[in-house]
Amino acid sequence: MTESPWAPPLADLAVLGRRGLVVGALAGVVSAAGLVLNPAQFYRSYLVAFVFVLGVALGSLAISMLHHMSGGAWGLVIRRILEASSRTLPLVALFAVPLLFGLRHLYPWADPARVAGDEILRHRAIYMNPTFFTVRLAVCLLLWTVFAQALSRLSKKQDDAPAPGLERRMQLVAAPGLAVYCLLVTIASVDLLMSLDPHWYSAIYGVYVVGGQAISGMAFTLLVSLFLVRKGAMRGVLQPRHVHDLGNLLLAFTMLWAYFALSQFLIIWSGNLPEEIGFFHDRLGGGWGVLSVFLALFHFAVPFVFLLSRDFKRDIGKLAWAAGLLLFMRWVDLFWLASPAFHPGRLSVHWLDLTTPVALFGLWLAAFARELGTRSLLPANDPNLAVALEVHAHG
Amino acid sequence: MSVLSRLFARHVKPEFGKPGPRQEGGDLPPHLYGVIAEFGKPETLVHAVHATRKEGYQVIEAYTPYPIEELHDAIGHGPSRVPLLVLIGGIVGGLFGFFLQYWTSVVAYPLNVGGRPYNSWVSFIPITFECTILFAGIAAVLGMLVLNGLPMPYHPVFSVPRFQLASRDRYFLLILARDPRFRAGDTFRFMETLGASLVSDVED
Repeated sequence: MTESPWAPPLADLAVLGRRGLVVGALAGVVSAAGLVLNPAQFYRSYLVAFVFVLGVALGSLAISMLHHMSGGAWGLVIRRILEASSRTLPLVALFAVPLLFGLRHLYPWADPARVAGDEILRHRAIYMNPTFFTVRLAVCLLLWTVFAQALSRLSKKQDDAPAPGLERRMQLVAAPGLAVYCLLVTIASVDLLMSLDPHWYSAIYGVYVVGGQAISGMAFTLLVSLFLVRKGAMRGVLQPRHVHDLGNLLLAFTMLWAYFALSQFLIIWSGNLPEEIGFFHDRLGGGWGVLSVFLALFHFAVPFVFLLSRDFKRDIGKLAWAAGLLLFMRWVDLFWLASPAFHPGRLSVHWLDLTTPVALFGLWLAAFARELGTRSLLPANDPNLAVALEVHAHG
Repeated sequence: MSVLSRLFARHVKPEFGKPGPRQEGGDLPPHLYGVIAEFGKPETLVHAVHATRKEGYQVIEAYTPYPIEELHDAIGHGPSRVPLLVLIGGIVGGLFGFFLQYWTSVVAYPLNVGGRPYNSWVSFIPITFECTILFAGIAAVLGMLVLNGLPMPYHPVFSVPRFQLASRDRYFLLILARDPRFRAGDTFRFMETLGASLVSDVED
């Protein structure tokens, strides 16, 4: 495999992985100190960090399944990055374990005293209780992992020996996989994030998180692509027309996210009903309003304007800036979803909010770098690869 | 004015019946529009376009039965100006959509709807968005037509009897007489060296 022109840059990936591991471990040690000093805050920060990393891995899985359904050169050139990212799901599942010890710090429904005094929570207790929550989260993580492993294994098979019909089998996994993914993200996002507010509900919440995860996955993939191009791997593979397609997808996902965000806001704001408006009341006042405007500007308006430009989307060096901004804004968005429930009326950023995502993302990045190094950077035996790599006059 | 004239420059330039600024070429026939060459193969045409540009000609045009990718760059067309028009159309449409609603619900006919502010900008967003798309779409279609100079019921090349084959299986290259490099006899002879099956003058 080292002879292949598409061999992964093992030395560079090892450096990346080691850096991720060191930074992640350091931030992890600091965060562990926070667990002793302020356990409630630790779990609140950890929840956001966990959902952020989960979004990168799941977004990558979803985009790879989308590509199996749609085809296209854009997906073949990033498929190995997406697959490496999806193969980290077992580690992400491990990241979920600490959460289970902090449920009563996070969720009103996990606090027996609050449930006893709240009729709605008493009615919901049959679904919203720590045991069933744990089972649901475990089933979600297990099923996502199963689909990711199934696709990855078929892809490996294709690398070992080209066989007709393998693409078809990958499609047969991806089609139900995409449906299951969307349903389970809805369940998991209601459990992990929406239930922080004991009474509030919104039917669009699940797809809002799906849209966000697609941005996470695509933004991370673009940053990795830039890394690979800089390290000389994939030289001559990633052409401007591929980057253009990826940029258009990033634009589409950003607009999709904004569409869901606005739909939710518009309907709840127009209705102005007491059982719904609380969510936005918390997020538009007391300092949180500043964060909401920041989110609208930098999670949508600014990337949107830049991503309209054709020249911007055809240059991976420029596009990576938008990807970096959006990946950071993904964390801001999740922080904005979760934290006002803990600190209503007062914008509050704890140092643990910053160290926990660095810890989890650093450790996760180390696992990702190791996975990316295990295979060729392109699916060499895919029947569509030759067409995907053709050099056109217009690049 | 200068922005507009630059935007529509390509449209305005080929004024029919008015030969452009022409260098002194000696024996120019009075109503010469250009010289056209006919090719049997797309590769010959692309090759001829490269040779023509190399010779210093700038105001040239090619006609083919189907789009040929290399031709756009070879002929020296810059990026299209339609995207700029679409952007302007979108911005104008967005402003129009928003202020149409602002004006009706704040200025012209303020109505208290469930105690919401008159300027309920959140509920204005869908119409603002729709108007942005509508105006951008109209700007795209109209801008394309105007920049193409369409509709154009008559064009001098139609006077070349074989030109109708440009929509079947023949490939044409035209050098316009207003090209600064144009010399009636020289240009005609130059085009004969390009491997054309037929070269002829185009009358205005």
